[in-house]
Amino acid sequence: MPTVRFTYALKRFFPAIRDTTASSGTLPDILREMEGAYPGLQSYILDEQGNLRKHVNIFIDGELITDRLHLSDGCKENSEIYIMQALSGG
Amino acid sequence: MDLTMLLGTRKGLISYRNNHAGWTVENLSFEGQPVSIAYADPRTGTWWAGLDHGHWGVKLHRSMDRGAHWEEIPAPAYPQGEEIKEGIPATTRYIWAIAHGGDTHRSRLWLGTDPGGLFRSHDGGASFQLVESLWNHPSRKTGWLGGGRDQPGIHSIVVDPRNEDHIHIGISCAGIFETSDGGNHWEIRNNGLRAEFLPDPETGVGHDPHILVAAPSDPDTLWQQNHCGIFRSGDGARSWQEVSQKEGPARFGFAIAVAGDDPDQAWVAPARSDGNRIAINGGLCICRTDNGGKTWKELRKGLPQQNCFDIVYRHALATSGDALAFGTTTGNLFFSANRGESWETINNYLPMIYSLQFTN
Repeated sequence: MPTVRFTYALKRFFPAIRDTTASSGTLPDILREMEGAYPGLQSYILDEQGNLRKHVNIFIDGELITDRLHLSDGCKENSEIYIMQALSGG
Repeated sequence: MDLTMLLGTRKGLISYRNNHAGWTVENLSFEGQPVSIAYADPRTGTWWAGLDHGHWGVKLHRSMDRGAHWEEIPAPAYPQGEEIKEGIPATTRYIWAIAHGGDTHRSRLWLGTDPGGLFRSHDGGASFQLVESLWNHPSRKTGWLGGGRDQPGIHSIVVDPRNEDHIHIGISCAGIFETSDGGNHWEIRNNGLRAEFLPDPETGVGHDPHILVAAPSDPDTLWQQNHCGIFRSGDGARSWQEVSQKEGPARFGFAIAVAGDDPDQAWVAPARSDGNRIAINGGLCICRTDNGGKTWKELRKGLPQQNCFDIVYRHALATSGDALAFGTTTGNLFFSANRGESWETINNYLPMIYSLQFTN
């Protein structure tokens, strides 16, 4: 099952957040699952149109995703998904 | 005097309370986070904070106990598929104005945002909906421009206390819009303004009111510090007259405040020019008119007069009775107990100050 790991910066807003396994396959599905585990989280990662926020990055197995609009990058059964803040501004 | 100054700053929300020891910090919330606007609803005492996280988007919080505890509520969101312009999805980029809906609409609250959406709540702020009549105004996609920010933004929401469905809003850059039916229909109210930054300065839409306020003692008297001068209206914004000084400092700036008890008394916080946004000749002054803008008096006593670069943002000058206060881009906070005749420094070491409101 894919594992989602979160930047420490999100702990400020979601103190209980920690590495979490997901049961579903696509990235949008996984993010919806994380929203269930941590209500409100999705709005920190995606804007209201469902696009990845400008200063947030998602890596799947070490690779930065390329489809920031529809999040169509593929996940494998045991993928590691990192949700990180972009270091824009230095 | 039992007053609170509520500040929205680049590094958090700060409240100062006046007590026997003078002004002291009562509350610090959202440490290190940009608070684009802090607002106290005078009907309920609820405090609101619009946050502008660099990474995680725009957020909205409220507190029922003067900042001791905060609740995050869903930030205003543009409906799926809405666009700022062709191909640019509409998302909330900034919460720039918050206003309550009045005593006849106890559960109503208004929010102004970048990129130009006005939002309304009917449930005390638990949820907000886009006011589609304004968003779909035929002037928006072609006539509204960014001004200071990349996209158009609503920074002023002025609810008429005599009829709380009668509202004026200020948009940079579009101008002044008026509704008389609670937001179902909108009229443009830019007659008499000038937009010197456009090929046609007398354009119908595309003006840049930096801030719009109404006189509490006569809501048909409105004032705006505009990008192109200071303007006053005595007829509910149907026409505007420029009241800037030709040679004096009262001309360019962002903030304006009007006295609660006198529609002809107002204050501005001048900056040098749009091309050079610093204090004039290294000194800070507030200008006050007591006669509807015919003449202006420079108020400098107690304010720095050399080596000063501060300017005052649009929501960071406020009045309450004889009290007047402003916060600056360099984190200085000044207070006057006598309508600006003299000033005391409250703090020189605050973050950049975005908003200041007097409350109880």
